[in-house]
Amino acid sequence: MGNTIKCQCGHVNPEGTELCEACGRPLSEEAKERKIADMRYEGAARRSKTHNMSIIDKTWNFFSSVKVGVWIIIILLVTSAIGTLLPQKMYVAAQTEEEVAAYYELHYGVVGKVYHMLGFNDMYSSWWFKILVGMLGVSIIIASVDRVVPLYKSLKKQRTRRHPSFMKRQRIYGVGKVDHPEQSVEQSAEQFKKLKYNVKLEDGAMLAEKGRFSRWGPYVNHTGLIIFLAGILLRGLPGFYIDEEMWIREGERKAIPSAPGYYIESEGFTMEYYSKEEADEVFGEALDKAGMIAKNYQTDAILYKDKDGALPGTTELEEVKRHPIIVNEPLTYDGYSIFQMDYRLDELYSMTFSLNEKATGESLGQMTIQLDNPAPSYDLGNGVKVEILDYYSDYAGIKDGEPQNLSPVPNNPAFIFKMTTPETPKGETSFVAIRQTLETEENLYEMKFVAADTRDISGLVIRKDKTLWILLIGGIIFMIGVAQGSYWQHRRVWICTGDEGELILAGHTNKNWFGLMKEIDAVKEHVQLPPYEDREDIEKEEKERLKEQKGENE
Amino acid sequence: MLSTEKVNRKRNRTIRRGIVLMLFVIVIIVGLTLEPGKGRTLAIGDQAPDFQLVDLEGNVHKLSDYKGKGVFLNFWGTWCAPCKREMPHMESQYNVFKDQGVEVLAINVKETDLKVSSFRNAYGLTFPIAIDKTEAVKEAYRIKPLPTTILIDPNGKIVDIVTREMSEEQVKHYMEMIRPEK
Repeated sequence: MGNTIKCQCGHVNPEGTELCEACGRPLSEEAKERKIADMRYEGAARRSKTHNMSIIDKTWNFFSSVKVGVWIIIILLVTSAIGTLLPQKMYVAAQTEEEVAAYYELHYGVVGKVYHMLGFNDMYSSWWFKILVGMLGVSIIIASVDRVVPLYKSLKKQRTRRHPSFMKRQRIYGVGKVDHPEQSVEQSAEQFKKLKYNVKLEDGAMLAEKGRFSRWGPYVNHTGLIIFLAGILLRGLPGFYIDEEMWIREGERKAIPSAPGYYIESEGFTMEYYSKEEADEVFGEALDKAGMIAKNYQTDAILYKDKDGALPGTTELEEVKRHPIIVNEPLTYDGYSIFQMDYRLDELYSMTFSLNEKATGESLGQMTIQLDNPAPSYDLGNGVKVEILDYYSDYAGIKDGEPQNLSPVPNNPAFIFKMTTPETPKGETSFVAIRQTLETEENLYEMKFVAADTRDISGLVIRKDKTLWILLIGGIIFMIGVAQGSYWQHRRVWICTGDEGELILAGHTNKNWFGLMKEIDAVKEHVQLPPYEDREDIEKEEKERLKEQKGENE
Repeated sequence: MLSTEKVNRKRNRTIRRGIVLMLFVIVIIVGLTLEPGKGRTLAIGDQAPDFQLVDLEGNVHKLSDYKGKGVFLNFWGTWCAPCKREMPHMESQYNVFKDQGVEVLAINVKETDLKVSSFRNAYGLTFPIAIDKTEAVKEAYRIKPLPTTILIDPNGKIVDIVTREMSEEQVKHYMEMIRPEK
């Protein structure tokens, strides 16, 4: 190992070389046996194939293998597909990890349990998915480096005159007598130049080459992919990427998650439908069919910022921006975009009660309780006063003599009132929930529900993405690589004189053989060249033979 | 057959490959720990973010004013059962540790003054309680579940983050942890 192979032409090749880098003579037994040379990497020695010793080299070789790369991609595809079978965690109505686990088991049985256990419910965050993507990146980098370096070297080293054994193993090959071989070579050079080939001449031999840069296409493409993956990785670092959501009620002012120092206030949420009058005739029909169709979801928002040096929790804010947030028209500021994403209509906001005398039903006055800020006491005038002793926003029955409160959301408000009137100066207490009133003693007065007011809640999404331009650059480079490799071809034509005064012609391209032959034919119109043939069939046979051989070996 | 030069070259290549593979492993491990999209979360050892809140009595509490004292920062809600259960433990341990340089500050997450006051009176709580009306402090500390207790040492460093209900023993243990040394 670590040896070199010296070709008959005198060029010293690295170990593992199939075809001499300079003259193209087949060097390995296998290459000699083949009727058509394997030109994929110019017969260059790929480093990964030459050394197989330490664990480091073994790991390196593992990732260098295209086969391994393809398998990683297949595994990624299959696992991603499985990840779409059941809903992902973010679409599941559960908060804590235990609830999530219970949800999958409850709804999908054993399958759901296994799904959750393996982390498919939050696939992109699962360790194995991240490792797979990481391995893909490693595979792309190592496999590319292992191929592009030797390919570059051998293309740089290639000689104009190639050995007849190399020429003979090309798919396009012709040999024959011509009147003036030397002249034919020189004339061909002229003609290929006209066809925008780079031409090299060397006593009686010509190499015409064009579109070599298309060979770098796959590697440019991989570079783009790696930049893209690096951008995705950066998203995990603080400050690069924010994707949060929040609920905000009308009239509420709240800190924006992951946007320190910023607050948002909702002045109101509007939802509009298309009316039949404003719709075109065509859409009128659709409206009849579908019923209501939404026209607009809008949150009128005000963005605030902590005043310079103000600490979180103080109320020293300054207004920064007012903006109606409409679907696809976010409020943007300082790299943040706040999108309209969701809504909930009609959450209880205030309740109006009337203090009535039970016997007569006569009202002594009304009071409106703002549910997000109930006052401890309401003065109804004429010595009539109602105190709120306690408030339960989300009342759920009485347990162990204590009213239960499930959440701070006013889903089912309940109050303990103390009503004081000139008739009852000591006050009467009463527990009032929706459609329920409890009294410790028989009261003279009662709190009667009169009306309620509601407000809407906007669901907003907060985004910040400093990696977008990296992803864009990665994507552009990726596409350049694709175009480079797809729309251009690396074409080469060798013409040289043989030992017995014959002329040898050989051609190679990485794709579009028809195009190459068309150009050779164009040259042939002006220059006397031996007849050549496209030996595609031989190439096919060759491939099948190799396949069979491989099958037998296994 | 193997010249020293070749052996050296090969060794260098193995070292080079080893370094590159190591780098890949590091990048993947870092990638495993990252959670994109959710901003930075606080960790033990971080400096506790400063904030300023007014308690139910109208007293201003600024975290940085408590330098030199341990701060027992409890985020809670009146509706949350484990919060309710640990409140009496906090109260009794507060009475033990308040003279030993431990401050307790209970931050209620956005409830009504009325409810928080009635709760405090019902439970007879004497430590300061402040309401985080805009949830700015909750966001600064990236609080997810309630209750969450942040334990801050006299230097303003976070020494522990407790996201579970605490027993009286645990409350005592945590207060000892942040108590300034005499």
